[in-house]
Amino acid sequence: MKNLKFLISGVLFGIILTKAEVISWYRIYEMFRFESFHMYGVIGSAVVLGIIAVQIIKRFNVKDIHGNPIVITEKSKVFWPPLLGGTIFGLGWALTGACPGPIYIVIGNGYLVFIVVFLSAVVGTFLYGLVMHKLPRR
Amino acid sequence: MEFIKQPWPWYVAGPLITLVMVSMMLFGKSFGVSSTLKTVCSIGGAGKVSEFFRFDWKTAVWNLFFVAGSLIGGYIAATYLSPDQAIDLSEKTVASLEGYGILNPGVEYLPTSIFNWGNLLSFQGFLFMIIGGVFVGFGTRYADGCTSGHAISGLSSLQWPSLVAVIGFFIGGLIITHLILPFVL
Repeated sequence: MKNLKFLISGVLFGIILTKAEVISWYRIYEMFRFESFHMYGVIGSAVVLGIIAVQIIKRFNVKDIHGNPIVITEKSKVFWPPLLGGTIFGLGWALTGACPGPIYIVIGNGYLVFIVVFLSAVVGTFLYGLVMHKLPRR
Repeated sequence: MEFIKQPWPWYVAGPLITLVMVSMMLFGKSFGVSSTLKTVCSIGGAGKVSEFFRFDWKTAVWNLFFVAGSLIGGYIAATYLSPDQAIDLSEKTVASLEGYGILNPGVEYLPTSIFNWGNLLSFQGFLFMIIGGVFVGFGTRYADGCTSGHAISGLSSLQWPSLVAVIGFFIGGLIITHLILPFVL
């Protein structure tokens, strides 16, 4: 089954983010108060190693498991969407203490009330689809 | 096994997150979670009212397996790999939360006095869970990515829009944490 590898990657992701407390509301609160290095260490080390990994993939033209060249998804070069969208997401991140990955993982941790947070995020995505053309797009 | 059951330090977690990102690239996909919310909308029929949701969601099912796996991973970690959930928060953080009347900060992963079913109908619960959730869904789609798509994948490939997005994440997070939470905790 070709989707099994994604399921297994997801299981690892869920375990990593739970064990490193990245899914904790308290850790997010602490991060936005600059009172611990923990979250900066997690994200910072992931990014530094990620930069190295991406450079290696580009230099050596690493192929994926299907033999195709690995294509880096380019984000569209606009300013207001990432700034305004990012700010709105930041408001939500600090309130819920969870970005999208952790929303799923927190539910798995047994905090079933986060099903409401998940459904609210789906509603938020739907609302974006309704008003997207009225928002700054460049 | 003892090491696994302890909380994992940042220098273990960060590199493992990179590993997850790289494995997705090697599988021919890109690492990013928030797009699954769009996929759920499409499956639910949102394409009837907005062309944004009109795409072949079957091409995105792989990512639903990823997030389903994350949920299972959260269950496995909480049930089998965590003797207790106490978090070693900084003293300043604990003191500030106690100042707002949060009991025993860090004993669980999140303040269950806020995040519980009974609190959903109060202003506080509505704000933290429902308004917060709507902001997460709306903002990530407008920004075209979240912590995984922008902060990890985007910064790793040195993309300017991702740096702008991460600055936005902090503008929003700092506004809530410093200007709003003191009044609603």
